[in-house]
Amino acid sequence: MYKIALIVVVALVTMSTRFLPFLIFGEKRKTPELILYLGKVLPCAIMGMLVVYCLKEVTPLAYPYGIPELLGIVFVALLHLWKRNSLLSIGAGTVFYMILVQVIF
Amino acid sequence: MNRKALKTTFLDTVPVLTGYLFLGAGFGILLGEKTGLGVGWAAIMALTMFAGSGQYLAVSLIADHASLISVAIATFLVNARHIFYGISLLTPYKGAGKKKTYMIFGLTDETYSLVTQNEPPEGMTRHTYCFLVTLFNHIYWIIGCSLGNLMSLLPISFAGVEFVLTALFVTMFVEQWLSHKNHLPAIIGVGSTLLCLLIFGQNIFLIPSMVMIALLLTISRKTGRRQDNV
Repeated sequence: MYKIALIVVVALVTMSTRFLPFLIFGEKRKTPELILYLGKVLPCAIMGMLVVYCLKEVTPLAYPYGIPELLGIVFVALLHLWKRNSLLSIGAGTVFYMILVQVIF
Repeated sequence: MNRKALKTTFLDTVPVLTGYLFLGAGFGILLGEKTGLGVGWAAIMALTMFAGSGQYLAVSLIADHASLISVAIATFLVNARHIFYGISLLTPYKGAGKKKTYMIFGLTDETYSLVTQNEPPEGMTRHTYCFLVTLFNHIYWIIGCSLGNLMSLLPISFAGVEFVLTALFVTMFVEQWLSHKNHLPAIIGVGSTLLCLLIFGQNIFLIPSMVMIALLLTISRKTGRRQDNV
């Protein structure tokens, strides 16, 4: 019972965060210009935010000092700049990181 | 809807297919190992929540027997970024009719980056394209979470598999960087989040980060206009 209630709560709260802007700025009302502007520039800023978000549990002052994450990110970024193949960058990057944390660190 | 447009749409979602198989598998493995819940639970959670970090969080909350109030608050904090996605898609999703409810329900990080970066193929409307991308991603996610849960029964180490999420966002960040001349929003995004992580700590930094990003972007728009180079 607890598990079902938990699933319902997580699903409803997640949905509320996705529906909120559409409920506030409905189809009929004109969306303020500032909101439209933010809508255009936010994607770039959000990707930066999400990268940092993934690194929130890294411990730069204690072993392994975030080195596996740093190496992994540099690996993914360089591979992506070189080949521009998302599939390859993500797959190879993850395997590279798994080897780092399982074998070396 | 022609076959070629459908194929192009599928190819656009292939990076997410890989990402979701890995990421979903990571969730399924954790769910099995930490809570002992089986594949049915993994599939139901993937179907109804459809949220990567939200589901990873749910695993620890189930394992801790957290109260429903703290479940609601923690989920809101982790998923509040979706509010930004909706703001970006107010105009593109306008007039999508019946499909719109599902498109908003399935607005994950990855769906968001695909629909904001890609143009629909010839012969397909933007709304249909966005709807299909959402649907395809949802299916990959359910498969990934279920398979992963079954894999948790295998005697192999999956340590480090969670890096797939980081790799996905780094790739998208590089794509956004290459496709925009103005790098200020990207720098604001990284800088604000780092600063807020240092100040507020890893549990609550997302909300202040978003406030700071919105403020700085608003200010940079005003100065940009004054210099006449928006």
